[in-house]
Amino acid sequence: MTGTKYDAIVVGAGHNGLVCAAYLAKAGRKVLVLERRHQVGGATTSEEIHPGFTFSCCSYVVSLLRPWIIRDLDLPRYGYEILPLEATVTPFPDGRCLVRDSDPERTRRSIAKLSPRDAEVYKRFGQEMAELGRLIKPLIDDVAPDPLSRDPRELLRLGRLGKHLRGQGDEWLFANAKIMTMSAVDFLSEWFESEELIAPMAVSGIIGTFLGIRSPGTAYVLLHHYMGEIDGSFRAWGLPKGGTGAIANAMARSARDLGVEIRTEAPVAHLLMEKGKAAGVVLGNGDEIRAQVVISGLDPHRTFLKLVGEEHLEPELAQQVKRFKMRGSSGKVNLALDALPRLACLPEYGPHLQGGITIAPSIDYLERAYDDAKYGAFSRKPFMDVLIPSLTDPTVAPPGKHTMSIFVQYAPYHLKEGAADWPNQREAFGDAVIDTLSEYMPDLKDHILHRQVLTPWDLEQIYGLTEGNIFHGELSLEQLAFLRPMAGWSRYQTPVKNLWMCASGTHPGGGIMGVPGALCARTLLGKRAV
Amino acid sequence: MPIPSPFHERTQALCSSYRWKDWSGYCAVCSFDVSHEREYFAFRQSAGLLDVSPLYKYEVTGPDAAALLARMMVRDVSQLKVGRVAYTCWCDDGGKVIDDGTVARLASDHFRVTAADPTLHWLQAAGRGFDVTVEDSSTRLAALALQGPTSRAILRAAVTGADLDALKFFGVTRATVGTVPVWISRTGYTGDLGYEVWCERGDALALWDALIEAGRPHGIEPAGLDALDVTRIEAGFILLGVDYFSAKKVVLASRKSTPLELGFGWMVDLERGRFIGRDAIAAEKERGSVWQLVGLEVSWEELEALYESFNLPPSLPATARRDALPVYNDEGLQVGQATSHTWSPLLKKYLAIASVHRGYEAKGTKLQIEHTVEYERRKVTATVAPPPFYDPERKRKP
Repeated sequence: MTGTKYDAIVVGAGHNGLVCAAYLAKAGRKVLVLERRHQVGGATTSEEIHPGFTFSCCSYVVSLLRPWIIRDLDLPRYGYEILPLEATVTPFPDGRCLVRDSDPERTRRSIAKLSPRDAEVYKRFGQEMAELGRLIKPLIDDVAPDPLSRDPRELLRLGRLGKHLRGQGDEWLFANAKIMTMSAVDFLSEWFESEELIAPMAVSGIIGTFLGIRSPGTAYVLLHHYMGEIDGSFRAWGLPKGGTGAIANAMARSARDLGVEIRTEAPVAHLLMEKGKAAGVVLGNGDEIRAQVVISGLDPHRTFLKLVGEEHLEPELAQQVKRFKMRGSSGKVNLALDALPRLACLPEYGPHLQGGITIAPSIDYLERAYDDAKYGAFSRKPFMDVLIPSLTDPTVAPPGKHTMSIFVQYAPYHLKEGAADWPNQREAFGDAVIDTLSEYMPDLKDHILHRQVLTPWDLEQIYGLTEGNIFHGELSLEQLAFLRPMAGWSRYQTPVKNLWMCASGTHPGGGIMGVPGALCARTLLGKRAV
Repeated sequence: MPIPSPFHERTQALCSSYRWKDWSGYCAVCSFDVSHEREYFAFRQSAGLLDVSPLYKYEVTGPDAAALLARMMVRDVSQLKVGRVAYTCWCDDGGKVIDDGTVARLASDHFRVTAADPTLHWLQAAGRGFDVTVEDSSTRLAALALQGPTSRAILRAAVTGADLDALKFFGVTRATVGTVPVWISRTGYTGDLGYEVWCERGDALALWDALIEAGRPHGIEPAGLDALDVTRIEAGFILLGVDYFSAKKVVLASRKSTPLELGFGWMVDLERGRFIGRDAIAAEKERGSVWQLVGLEVSWEELEALYESFNLPPSLPATARRDALPVYNDEGLQVGQATSHTWSPLLKKYLAIASVHRGYEAKGTKLQIEHTVEYERRKVTATVAPPPFYDPERKRKP
């Protein structure tokens, strides 16, 4: 039992927990952050898995970390640096490839080899998507709209939002209605004819979801990829120097300078419940720490079913929590390499390697990968997003050696044999990934010094991501905005008094964005709850 | 017409964008690729290699070398130890700045001066009666700037005959790169960890090749002036002919600047005896300066709202800009001008270097900067922030 009384305790030092704590401290509140692991960051983590090689084990790129959060918390001063990804290369099995990079003319020429018509349309598509993305911007930078509210302030906000939308014109609204409901493939097919262009573009719509590129609702996620261009980042995707863990470290340093106390290796066993209200937390060692509010940086399942405990929940609420879909669908393979492997389609060293290599050669390929997952198996030929971060940030590997990050989908948490069978299938999964990638990089296997395979089961075990879901709950339309994490509770407050939520399971969702944390803090302060 | 620099054979083979400009009469690369972004991030993330041969360079030697430079420079460079470099400016008799550059003490009686403009005449004029020899080594010497966090690792791999780890910020040492004898100074124009490497013109290509070779495992990238311009604004470094003008070149007296106005007050020691411009600077100090150089951070929120009012997403030029923009106070009176401005991809801020009237230089002062959207001139709030905007620890770290 400790004597200090905190205004707020944040459970979990993931990036949203840190952002939330920093904003609260900035407003003068006394905040304690408790982290189970030995380091901060949660899934925003860099770890030296093999001597001399630092990996962004989980999240590996940054796209949506909001510029206003970067400025508010002065992150560049604390070591936050982002490098834009140069290009996206999509190799095809027959030795051809598609290269899309920052040079529009080079990109146009590359697409023209697939379809001269698509090459002309591509740029226009980007502009149109950026315009559509302006719908999302006010939505993701503010609390979710509450369509049922009678609060005059809320009605005013809804009115402003409505005006903002109407101001964009009818065509724009129709296009948005379409993108909200269509599948990524259908939506892209309205624009493009080349399947080899559509497939790698469509994958943006499925990352982290248990959906296929032909599943309705996947078109919407494409929009996120065009956001960067309109919010002052000027480039959608980037690599953080030192791995994503460096972002968490910068946030932690900023938070500490603002007065936040951060304790690592301090696992929270459960909430301290008094008269049905959260009064603090009980640590793994039995210590009790009290605070006015407890803010959970964990996913909704963990928050309610583990932190609070089902015995404190109304049965219908518990049911609602359980219905919130976690079902992780992806894994990660991280490789330490003794030399740069060659891409069969573009064997020369060049800037094209300083970006993403997308293994998504056709629509059917991706749909078949999904088929495996539907029936409880990992994809034999998965979709992969491959990066070689050491090319851009040489500090993460010894000179001349390289790190490779492979995001793999699908790897369903619920295997046919049960999730607990993942340890038995882990290496086979790793082999399938390396074998498939070797078709495009024939000398890959010669260079592997070390291989780390993270299945959704591992993500749950190590990082506490329920069912290995990288977004704290699927980013599908029925789990977004005022429905995230459940209807009526999208404003970071929970049905448990004095318990709040600040992480990716709340609006606007997952990815290294920081907004849930910032908006949770803003809401808490606005309601004078702390 | 500009002529090729000593590194031209290498840079022109790599400059796939054909984007060149004239820098002191030499062909200089703006950016090797169509966008300078990768080169900018190399400066900040790994290392960029930039040809800085067009800089003017002078060897001042002889028993009175220290005395001459102490008289000419506002900074007392006679106090420099051998193996140290000083950044300084120099003035005309009226205390108006002619140029700025570095002075390196290579031996007790040998200094190397770098300058943006030709300076031989001024060294000779100031040196009359001193026992010195001044050599214009501008064409004899070639130079490369190697800037960025991995620059030290690269030099460590490439260099023999010098202890890079012992070379402090603003230190200079003799060394050998491959077979090429060089001088290496821990100086630069990016505000980051970085070095400048000086060699004889004939050795230029061998030096380039050796650094590229050693740098490959450390992410070295050839970089051009567009990337440099963004980094130097982030670092708050001013540029002659852009942020201020040489007292020797302007038509209007009002265009001249003083060291105090340019933020060079820290260089000036009025107590150390006479140097060129001393009395005028002392008088200005008494009287107060008319202008003050400041940094500005433009409000992104307001800029966004401004574009939103036109139903447009915000957009800024991709490169640093030198078109001066008027700066206003609350009442709409023009109180200065922003002379360099850029979007900082690293800081996610729109930054400017500006000169403002006395009274508007305090940190946090809210001013207005002109911004044109859809052919309409509007104003956006810009807050005074003292440069550097970006100052990583590694720049100074041992």
